[in-house]
Amino acid sequence: MRPHADRVVDTSGTFCPVPIIETAKAAREEGPGKTLLVIATDPGIESDLPVWCEGTRNELLGIEREGDRYLCFVRLVEKR
Amino acid sequence: MKKVKALGLLSGGLDSMLALAIVRDVLGCEVRAIHFYTGFCITESQRRRGVAGKDGKVKPNEALVAGARLGTEVEMIDISDQGYLDVIANPKYGYGANANPCIDCRIDMFVRARKILDEWGGDFVFTGEVLGQRPKSQRRSTLWVIERDSGLQGRLLRPLSAKLLPPTQAELDGRIDREKLFAISGRSRKEQMALAEKLGIADYPQPAGGCCYLTDEAFARKFFDILDHREERRIDRDEIPLLATGRHFRISPNVKLVVGRTEGENFQLRRYAQGRYLVQARDVPGPLALVEGEPTWEEMVLVSRIVARYGKGRERPEVVVAWESEGGRDELTVDPRIEESAIDALRI
Repeated sequence: MRPHADRVVDTSGTFCPVPIIETAKAAREEGPGKTLLVIATDPGIESDLPVWCEGTRNELLGIEREGDRYLCFVRLVEKR
Repeated sequence: MKKVKALGLLSGGLDSMLALAIVRDVLGCEVRAIHFYTGFCITESQRRRGVAGKDGKVKPNEALVAGARLGTEVEMIDISDQGYLDVIANPKYGYGANANPCIDCRIDMFVRARKILDEWGGDFVFTGEVLGQRPKSQRRSTLWVIERDSGLQGRLLRPLSAKLLPPTQAELDGRIDREKLFAISGRSRKEQMALAEKLGIADYPQPAGGCCYLTDEAFARKFFDILDHREERRIDRDEIPLLATGRHFRISPNVKLVVGRTEGENFQLRRYAQGRYLVQARDVPGPLALVEGEPTWEEMVLVSRIVARYGKGRERPEVVVAWESEGGRDELTVDPRIEESAIDALRI
């Protein structure tokens, strides 16, 4: 079952670094504990989002492929 | 005492990783890391064309990887706007060996960094620059010019070479310890590799010999071709990805042809078809091509022959080539058996 998303960040049609810029912007605006659904069409998201999550210590819940789109679920974590 | 706040420019290479580790872990500063995306990064452009690594996956962005290895967030900032492109097209300090206006590019980046620093209330900007490592932008006199013109006098720290450079204000005030900084210079990476081991940085990218398209000779030819065939010295944002895509031919002063070399490039060209002609052989597999400008009939025939020549119908006596634009569709039947030397003469 897909996680519940508190906010959808649709970056379809854009290329890196835009999907990450948009994800980071949404993460800053939302509080810890919220879940983002990042929608992307750039295949680079599969490589970039895991390392972005590692650097920001947010939790990547999963990436699903739906046709040409990537559905990525990120849980925002309280920063230490 | 209030913690010193430092804004780091992180490229993702070893030197910038070391700089961040020194400022954060050795000097004990609060660090914020940013990465400027210029639109001229070779790795990023390859990613856009779907070029995969050995594992079949698109390579991750190097600055994000560096952030992950260092356990810090890297803010990606897109500076590939018209203001940046105007700097690249009209550099005050000129170009390097190719289309690389490294000094002006650095100044533009550092001006942007200064604004972010001031908004954040930070104390200084730091980079992984190493004195004498690069022939144009990292000479002693150039480092000083960049610092002056960006308005960061006394607020720009290069931790790897700091002991060879005048002290920053934070050093003079005793807010950071100059003795803990380094005196590295030159092109060798030995000292950096030893330092990486000491600072616990085990996983870092190998030097790629420059990631910027502006330092690439073939890219530079195409870049200057645009500027040379335009009244106003200006380059537009959507022209940059095209410069890194396909074979380029100057058909006439007003007409340019770009022919895709791979599926990924054909995909990329299709994205930029607006305002241009999309040209492709009709009945045989072949590349996609874009034509800029308004070709004469003779130029349309020549372009059609070149496009057909790069397709599977190259040995045929006749190939039908379709032209599409917002204005409609046209078809030309041409002989693709054109001399290689005739094509080479038009190649940019």
